[in-house]
Amino acid sequence: MNLNQLTIKQAQEGLKNEKFSSVELTKACLEQIKKLNPQINAFITVCEDSVLHEAKKADDLASQGETLEAKPLLGIPIALKDLFSTKGIKTTAGSKVLENYIPPYDATVVKKLKDAGAVIIGKTNLDAWAHGSSGENSDFGPTKNPWNTEYVPGGSSSGSAAALTADMCLASTGTDTGGSVRLPASFCNVVGLKPTYGRVSRYGIIAMASSLDSIGHFTKTVEDSAILLNITAGHDDFDATTPGVDVQNYTKNLNNEVKGIKIGVPKEYVTKGLDKNVQTRFEQALKILERLGAIIEEVSLPHTEYGNAAYYIIQPSEASSNLARYDGIRYGNDRSYFGDEAKRRIMLGTYTLSAGYYDAYYKKAMQVRTLIKKDFNEAFKKIDAIVTPVSPTPPWKIGEKINDPLKMYLSDIFTVTANLAGIPGLSVPMGFVNELPVGMQILGPQFSEGLLFQIGYAFEQETNWYKMKSKL
Amino acid sequence: MASPRGNCETLGYFGIITKLIMKIDVGHVAKLANISLSKGEQFKFEKQLSEILSYVEKLKEVNTKNVETTSQVTGLENVTREDETKPSLSQEEVLSNSKSTHNGLFKVKAILDQ
Repeated sequence: MNLNQLTIKQAQEGLKNEKFSSVELTKACLEQIKKLNPQINAFITVCEDSVLHEAKKADDLASQGETLEAKPLLGIPIALKDLFSTKGIKTTAGSKVLENYIPPYDATVVKKLKDAGAVIIGKTNLDAWAHGSSGENSDFGPTKNPWNTEYVPGGSSSGSAAALTADMCLASTGTDTGGSVRLPASFCNVVGLKPTYGRVSRYGIIAMASSLDSIGHFTKTVEDSAILLNITAGHDDFDATTPGVDVQNYTKNLNNEVKGIKIGVPKEYVTKGLDKNVQTRFEQALKILERLGAIIEEVSLPHTEYGNAAYYIIQPSEASSNLARYDGIRYGNDRSYFGDEAKRRIMLGTYTLSAGYYDAYYKKAMQVRTLIKKDFNEAFKKIDAIVTPVSPTPPWKIGEKINDPLKMYLSDIFTVTANLAGIPGLSVPMGFVNELPVGMQILGPQFSEGLLFQIGYAFEQETNWYKMKSKL
Repeated sequence: MASPRGNCETLGYFGIITKLIMKIDVGHVAKLANISLSKGEQFKFEKQLSEILSYVEKLKEVNTKNVETTSQVTGLENVTREDETKPSLSQEEVLSNSKSTHNGLFKVKAILDQ
């Protein structure tokens, strides 16, 4: 196995036992990027010089006795979605508006990852401003799915998912406002976590919709995901929406059995235009969970069909406000540099918030949001977690939906409700349809990430989908 | 599909007639949002945005009588800190990405005459 194919857990052990150095590990990732990035376009910026410098420093620290307890990610190459402010490293949000923007500070999560010893290998491609579900809305060209380059990798964290599944890094970060971590994770055969809203600080991460944005990450395994959440989770003085909830050790109970855990399957999700092949994979996944001892029950989330409509009012409204700052005065180019999708969402949001329309649209959507949250609260009184397919369809071909914005928005139908309710979701691989990955999401009450990891880990170890590699 | 000027349009859509009740005044909204559009873009966005609005109108079916609004899901209120100054970015760092500065300030177009 090449070094860049390792998981974080394996790399931690290899580095600790001096089987290889961080410089060697990082070079393996950089070589993979050189080899495949021209085809995949997962990276906007590759930090070749600085990352090798950081890797060397990591090796020095290790030889001086720096421990895994103090720096769990020492020397591990991580890629960051290009929404994460990185001091001194260009941060574009995937948009020509910020094509030359160099942040003067690090996002809190970036600081935490660096403090844990991680080395930053590059900034990944995305739908501009996180507006998208496929990666095709990037101003720097679409990212291709490494499993079949004619297909989309999912979005908006397209580059992060693609880079990871192509072994260009050992983990990557993303944001999930309506599914933008879970969808690309499911389309790229990797694990994607959308934490509880407020579990991870949003400070320094270019905002899309401030009441919906969730700061997540991609890893090859569920254990790796828990390792990362241990580092990124926690209250931040710079983000007033991070509650002071304790950060448990998320790796501790991974091995706990799933026996007796009640898992709900919402009946509304299994009828809404679900692709037959995806449905088959999902039913197989349910059988596996049952075999592991979980109790599968049907539940109802009655307002499911209104989630997408509520989302596509609330999100553009908040985004129109957040994007008002891009006027070319303090940073970036002027507003004529916005792409089509950004213009669409800004105008949609401006309209739904404007005088005379606010009550009919934004206020109404906020009320429906309450009902959707209540649906989940009621369901979680009867069951511990909920599972659904992440996407109603397998990955689609590049170009297939790009001329029909509404069709593109409908791909989010299963993921947006978690953002509206503020609950966490873990996307795990559940197999392949026509040799393209599909995933299952595990949803739980707020701050139940430990339970999600437990269920995900048991499922992962039983199915081993994560061991498959793309043919590239 | 031709798009006649007027307040209502009918579209054949999967055999069901859908009436576009709202037609968004893209020119006005673009002005509010400080975005300039060509005539062609205006026409394109008018059609796309009207379709999207037609879809989200679905929410009218939901009974929201006496339902509270949810604007945020943390339940937090009045998050404050002590009013103390702390180190922040330097003036140089703050100005570093601007194309137009003068005497350590951001330079902008005049909005008042004289």
